[in-house]
Amino acid sequence: MIAYILRRLGMILLTMLLASVIIFSVTQLLPGDVAHVILGQFATPQAVENLREELGLNRPIIVQYWDWLTSFIRGDWGISMVSRLEVRPMIMERLRNSLMLASVSLLFYVPLGILLGVIAALNEDRLADQAISGISMAFAGLPEFVTGLILIGILAISLDILPANSSIEPQTSFKEAFPFLILPAITVSLTSLGYIARMTRSSTIDVLRADYTRAADMKGLPRWQVLTKHVLRNSLLPTVTVVAMGIGWLIGGLIVTEAVFGYPGVGRLLIYGIQRRDLILIQAISMLIVAVYSFSNLAADILYGILNPRIRLGG
Amino acid sequence: MATDDKPTVLEVKNLWVSYATDDGPLNTVRNVSMKIRRGEIYGLVGESGSGKTTLARALVRYLPRNGSITSGSISLAGTDLLALSPGELRKVWGARVTMVHQDPSKAINPSITVGEQIAEMARVHLGMSRAQARHKALEMLEKVQLPDPESVAGRYAHQLSGGMLQRILIATALTTNPQFLIMDEPTTALDVTTEAVILDLVRDLLREYQTAVLYITHNLGVVARICDRVGVMYAGEIMEEGSIQRVFTHKLHPYTLGLLGCVPRIDIDKRDITLHTIPGHIPRPDALPEGCIFGPRCTFNDNTCHQTRNPLMEVEPEHFTICGRWADVEKSIREDFAQEKAIKALDQKDAPLVLDARNIEKQFKLRRSGLSNLFSWKPEVVRAVDNVSIRVRKGATMGIVGESGCGKTTFARCIAGFEQATSGDIFLEGEALPYSIAKRSKSTLKKIQLVFQNPDASLNPQHPVGQSVGRPLALLGNVLQSEIDQCVRELFEAVNLPADYVNRLPHELSGGEKQRVAIARAFAADPELMILDEPISSLDVSVQASLMNMLAELQKVKGTAYLFISHDLAAVRHLSDWIAVVYLGRLWEIGSAEDVFTPPYHPYTEALLSAIPIPDPNIHQERIRLQGSVPSAVNIPSGCRFHTRCPRKIGPICENEEPPWQNVHRFHSICCHIPLEELTAMQVPVASETEEEQQ
Repeated sequence: MIAYILRRLGMILLTMLLASVIIFSVTQLLPGDVAHVILGQFATPQAVENLREELGLNRPIIVQYWDWLTSFIRGDWGISMVSRLEVRPMIMERLRNSLMLASVSLLFYVPLGILLGVIAALNEDRLADQAISGISMAFAGLPEFVTGLILIGILAISLDILPANSSIEPQTSFKEAFPFLILPAITVSLTSLGYIARMTRSSTIDVLRADYTRAADMKGLPRWQVLTKHVLRNSLLPTVTVVAMGIGWLIGGLIVTEAVFGYPGVGRLLIYGIQRRDLILIQAISMLIVAVYSFSNLAADILYGILNPRIRLGG
Repeated sequence: MATDDKPTVLEVKNLWVSYATDDGPLNTVRNVSMKIRRGEIYGLVGESGSGKTTLARALVRYLPRNGSITSGSISLAGTDLLALSPGELRKVWGARVTMVHQDPSKAINPSITVGEQIAEMARVHLGMSRAQARHKALEMLEKVQLPDPESVAGRYAHQLSGGMLQRILIATALTTNPQFLIMDEPTTALDVTTEAVILDLVRDLLREYQTAVLYITHNLGVVARICDRVGVMYAGEIMEEGSIQRVFTHKLHPYTLGLLGCVPRIDIDKRDITLHTIPGHIPRPDALPEGCIFGPRCTFNDNTCHQTRNPLMEVEPEHFTICGRWADVEKSIREDFAQEKAIKALDQKDAPLVLDARNIEKQFKLRRSGLSNLFSWKPEVVRAVDNVSIRVRKGATMGIVGESGCGKTTFARCIAGFEQATSGDIFLEGEALPYSIAKRSKSTLKKIQLVFQNPDASLNPQHPVGQSVGRPLALLGNVLQSEIDQCVRELFEAVNLPADYVNRLPHELSGGEKQRVAIARAFAADPELMILDEPISSLDVSVQASLMNMLAELQKVKGTAYLFISHDLAAVRHLSDWIAVVYLGRLWEIGSAEDVFTPPYHPYTEALLSAIPIPDPNIHQERIRLQGSVPSAVNIPSGCRFHTRCPRKIGPICENEEPPWQNVHRFHSICCHIPLEELTAMQVPVASETEEEQQ
């Protein structure tokens, strides 16, 4: 197991290295170089040249890349081109917010999705199944700004029980921030719920049809025991992977939801960076998102291995 | 019979089971009545689609959602099962009725230890504490003769062999000492050697527990070996029922007679018999013929058969049949054997060599699966085929037998070029062949054709089957484009398929028909060597018989050499002129079919022969059993690699030295340390006693 984790960590390092090359090259390909961007359209060529010299942009690309990568690893993520502030604390603050939103969302939609999936599977092709599958897929299909606005309209404006705007101050404690997290979390959950429910439904149906489930029934075990002990232990394994895929998206991909609610997460910072052509910021956030994806997948695979004796003990 | 005075445990009266389908209800089981007494094993036989499994699931009221019992009654030792609520039923399941399922590797939960799967039974039904239940599980594992129950109890399904898993299922089923046990094809997924050991165990345990058992199988040999009574099921109804002795000796229904005639037998020493076949298919429950439901496929039918449908009639004590012409059926049995017709093979000993494979070796480099492989970076070597030499002559069949995992398929794949042999020489008609199929010439490819176990593997599901057969004709260039259609039609005729089948898609054909198409496709190239890798194993006995007849007939006409691979010794015996016995990648005995199946045998051959269930209750085979399963080809035992399981091991010489080849005569050799005279002295011919008894 330890050897496995070490090898996977090696793979992750390789992935990140590859990602860093791609991220760096893409940002280099963007039209206009950094000096132009910083100084604006009307800068004199001399000023641009001076700044290029100062930023080291005249050096060969390989050297620039190496320099950027090594300082990134050391924890020096650079200075924002726009705000002239250090990038790392800026991102870390947003990362904390994103993590808060992600955990609230996960705690909400994972159990609910599993529950709905199991209910649907047990009532395969009956009304409950069709209702659950239909409604959850409809929500998964609706763009987040639509569900978000509907939720604001109902829960914030008509009923006035939750805040419509979630633009909290940095450093807000989790306890204080909680009410502001609910609406964005529900919005995100409605989108993800369908995937979890469908995944759980299809794998549970497979397991319900398996010979060992029939054997467990024929053993005369109480129905709930057949379900919890014999069925779910096997049928929830694929769901673990889907949940892990969701984590990466929750950290870096909630651009629309964060915009609708004005929530200061990583996604919004990324959009801000892109709008201002803040290459340093974009690079750092992209690297962070790659890392989150890699590690959440590793966590899922490890968890899958622990839950599945065939992998845990070898064949 | 000893069981006659025992109390009746299960009594079924006029049971009808129906499935709701889009085309209306399908009455899959009709008017079935049966009684099973305490301590009695009732064998239920029939081909696939006969309704055996539906009946079994109806008996315990565990039907799929669209299935229901429409009329009749089921009584379990006085309890009316049809009157129970679902909650009450769950108290009957596991406590009074248990079930052993077909494929043990699927019937055991992969993520719960096997010990716990037995213990939960004891906790729920016997009211035991955790510690007591654990103890009970160990006791049951010991009962089914598993070595080291402590360690087995803590393992998961994937860590145990098929035979061990089946023992665990049996242990689970007997934990609560139920009144009634259903075993649904419990040994079908196992090797013949494992099957024999499991059948012995089942027989002994059931005698001890005195359970009433419904034993479902398609294998008449298994029925003859362990059942007391048998019911023959066809298209949802019972055709004939009676004690094993009576049914097997006085067959009173043409279907029973037909089924028994389909099965090749190792104990009848006549290579030149044609197997009986049953023409046609089982009718669907919504398209039953008028009168007798077996009528259209029956050789005895006359006008009355198409008009009346008889109920089960007791024609002798405790022996029932629905056939109105049972007296004629019984009379025909003797004439029947006289009608066997001979297919004379070429005088093969002088026929030209088609395949000459010398010292073939195949090694796979392998990493252990699972996480454990990451601890060792060194790949392990599997010696799948280790120095095997085989020759096949024109018009002759070489049969290769052995348990699963012995390397027989890998050997065939090396010959075909699908796997590249590690070393050795392959000569086809005297010409040395490259190992890889990619390096072989078109004319070589044409000369070697294959038929696989699963016909779907060689038929494109999107193409009409006629096109699949025509492809090799076009690709290998034997025929002009314009003549292809004509050739395809001729090939279809050769494999007894109607000409209009050429336009059908594979899914519109039955398994046997698909296999015929696969054989037609292989013959399209007009090969010199046909490799048949378990071509009939997944089919029903009546279909197997007609395919074997067809293969024999085609060989006679075309003179093709066959390499026939099968774990079914009776089929190999029937079809082969020569037989090679393989174990752990090595040859142990090779010779003509008659010689290999008469003493002296290699001890492994002897054990294989002794394991085969023979469909005749009067035969008492020698009881030679192999324990355990084939060792891994990664760690091959020293000396004679069979010594770990050999029932005739003579001493340290077996562990330390490779055995020598001994020639019984020019065409029969055995690789063993035991001198031939000693082998001959201690071995008896297969089922010799009976043949003497009959004469």
